[in-house]
Amino acid sequence: MSEKPILEKLAILADAAKYDASCSSSGTVKRDSTGSKGIGSTGGMGICHSYAPDGRCISLLKILLTNFCIYDCRFCINRASSNVPRARFNPAEVVRLTLDFYKRNYIEGLFLSSGIIRSEDYTMEQLVEVARLLREEHRFGGYIHLKTIAGASPELIARAGLYADRLSTNVELPTEAGLKSFAPEKTSATIRKTMAGVRVGLDDAAEAARGRLLKKAKAPRFAPAGQSTQMIVGADASRDDDILQSATSLYSGYKLRRVYYSAYSPIPDASSDLPPVRPPLIREHRLYQADWLLRFYGFSRSEIMEGADDGMLDLTIDPKLAWALQRREAFPVDINRAPREMLLRVPGLGTKAVERIIMARRLGAVRLGDLAKLTASVKKVLPFITTPDWRPGGLTDSANLRARFAPPPEQMSLAL
Amino acid sequence: MREIILNTPGDFAEWRDAARGLLAAEVPPEDIVWRQAGESASLFSDTTPLVPKRVVTLPRDLVTTLDRVICHRDANVPTRLYTIAWRALTDRRLLERRTDDDVDWLAKADKSIRRDLHKMHAFVRFRRLGEDETGRESFAAWFEPEHRIVRLGARFFRKRFYGMDWAILTPDARAIWQNETLTYGPGGTRNEVPDSDVVEAQWRMYYGSIFNPARVKIAAMRAEMPKKYWHNLPEAQDIAPLLAGAGARVERMRETAVQLANPRSDKWRVRGEAEAVIAGETATLEGLARGLQACTRCPIHCNATQAVAGEGKADARIMLVGEQPGDREDLEGRPFVGPAGQLLNEALDEAGLDRAQLYVTNAVKHFKFEPRGKRRLHQNPSTGEIDICRWWLDQERDLVRPDIIVSLGGSALRGLTGKSASIASVRGRPITLAGGETLVATVHPSFLLRLPDRQRAAAERTAFIADLAAARSLAKGISA
Repeated sequence: MSEKPILEKLAILADAAKYDASCSSSGTVKRDSTGSKGIGSTGGMGICHSYAPDGRCISLLKILLTNFCIYDCRFCINRASSNVPRARFNPAEVVRLTLDFYKRNYIEGLFLSSGIIRSEDYTMEQLVEVARLLREEHRFGGYIHLKTIAGASPELIARAGLYADRLSTNVELPTEAGLKSFAPEKTSATIRKTMAGVRVGLDDAAEAARGRLLKKAKAPRFAPAGQSTQMIVGADASRDDDILQSATSLYSGYKLRRVYYSAYSPIPDASSDLPPVRPPLIREHRLYQADWLLRFYGFSRSEIMEGADDGMLDLTIDPKLAWALQRREAFPVDINRAPREMLLRVPGLGTKAVERIIMARRLGAVRLGDLAKLTASVKKVLPFITTPDWRPGGLTDSANLRARFAPPPEQMSLAL
Repeated sequence: MREIILNTPGDFAEWRDAARGLLAAEVPPEDIVWRQAGESASLFSDTTPLVPKRVVTLPRDLVTTLDRVICHRDANVPTRLYTIAWRALTDRRLLERRTDDDVDWLAKADKSIRRDLHKMHAFVRFRRLGEDETGRESFAAWFEPEHRIVRLGARFFRKRFYGMDWAILTPDARAIWQNETLTYGPGGTRNEVPDSDVVEAQWRMYYGSIFNPARVKIAAMRAEMPKKYWHNLPEAQDIAPLLAGAGARVERMRETAVQLANPRSDKWRVRGEAEAVIAGETATLEGLARGLQACTRCPIHCNATQAVAGEGKADARIMLVGEQPGDREDLEGRPFVGPAGQLLNEALDEAGLDRAQLYVTNAVKHFKFEPRGKRRLHQNPSTGEIDICRWWLDQERDLVRPDIIVSLGGSALRGLTGKSASIASVRGRPITLAGGETLVATVHPSFLLRLPDRQRAAAERTAFIADLAAARSLAKGISA
């Protein structure tokens, strides 16, 4: 077989990687190249170096080592039975691309994944080798995200954690039943075991760091940006409730930094039992909002589901507002007296606005006229709060409150 | 009225030195006119030397904010910053007054600067100039920021690209990193930077390939990558053609009839099928453990990581039965390796028992928990779940055939006897089980961990060790 030119391989292997939503380069330790002959720095929020017209950030060089795959997961463009063109990079080529892109400031680093070739261990070894070359041979200090191949041996996972900032194992589908029918070679048990292995690595490294005798002693390194996972939304019949239940269980068990929700998007050469529908982008967005409510706003899954209908989140309004409309007896709240936990539940107030309000009210009562300086969504907040010079009166309980926020109904296009 | 002339707009040191003198002399903001070099000056300005009247100290976070905001293009910036510094002299909590007009302006200006700075970190595109005899490469970039932020931005690039030489040119100023030294110079033009780079073709290919035509979201892209930056981004020229072709690409995906499966896929798949056979054998402990992994007899399996089989000596005289795996056991797949396991190990030691000579297992093989944020809170298994899981425990008892079984806690008691009973009612009175083994009932080690009262905990621990020691002497008695 003749070797494909690098440009052609790049086209195939980037195209094959684009269904992984994560491109984050955040959450890792601060480090930089000062004083070295190498390049690379990380820390803070991470940087999105470009945006594709699909609105997604391009932060990392996100590619597969190869899109050959012995698995046959039906939602995946790279499944064995798909007729997409195949290609394979060797580790040196990936290293070269990463460094070339990085030096031109196109990227924050590399996100490397792969189809399963030969065996899980062989595949994982190849991924680890790329990361090792970058770190050891090229003194690369940028961000590295490696996919952990579910079922790879714990020793390889440990080595991956040594070089990578982040590791991720995709659970793919929210329920075991979904996985069984769509990804016959994968089992959620193997996936969870792999994530458990990563968590044990994270725990052990944290434990060892705490146990150092000297603060200056070097802390052991294991994936400082933690681990993440991805679930595909809309490929199987899972409801939002199932998805959030799965997410809360994963967050609690494996110290995940993020669960990514990826709207199933039609792929070329799709399997016959997947309808080539428009990806459910709003649903994906609502799931992210619900995920944020779980992690940063003190909501429980059952509370979020109070604003849902039969286990599905409301698509027209956001989940916090949907909850508040069901719980009007809790409102309005006094912006100058309510505890932080209650402010976080006011529709329209984000975590930053809440901090600003708390800071401002220490130095004097917050009045209606001050609100615009503290939050961008005054109109949304008004029915749910009081200030010394504002009471919503009957607004909080008015029957058409929902209509105030829901976008006006659109007439169906007849051209369809 | 005093006139202050600033030669370099955006230079913090120049403004700071001037402001420091004025603040020390207690010149109020309304008595100062800040001008840029070249502006027509007034003939009647006050030029008497400034006499310091006070010591000037400003909060550190205010100074770092001023250092950033001085880069703002707004012509009134020197005046506004002086007003804020003036007020901060007498109001140490000024920055906390988020509803104050000056502070609000400062926060917004600072946000604008930080955003511009972030975009500079993101959107500078280097083009390669060459390399020297040691192999050190050099690069140059042309960038047009909204504010005068070259000085602020260069710090980031020095940290990131220490090992190569680079220059960033903007209309106002340039930053050059060479021989491990950072220098600043005057503004430049686009022509000073090469108009192409060999790697750009690869980058544009990557940009086009990573784009998903089925989820076009132009507004989201433009919110984060405003059009004003596009003309310096090599990939931006591809946006229009990618969008123009997106609809047709999606349509093709829709229309394409599902083709026959890739003929090679069967060959690739062979190995996967070989492994898919799940062992259902119960003749050995290993076989049992394999079969256990596939168990879905009760609902608690679906959130746990894995079933945790018993482990230890296959023909142990003494078997220990706990309740269920905990957080750490669930992650590692081994019984009693968490905090309760540590306590158990210590107690076994003191009772003169060697864990390697025992068989240790649980009444329920999966971890039942309630997710709570980043933690999993242990939940007791229901009697129904214990009874369902009993099948596995019975298999283990049949294979190991111990003389003594120690039940740790109430769930284990239920799993072994099929009946719920209080531990107190059977403790200290060994009973013979239906299988012929002698049952020694005691508490679960995690019960000892939960006791808040120290004295009581010590007493319970002693009793626990005594129970284990009793099991040991019973086992000795049988073998004797």
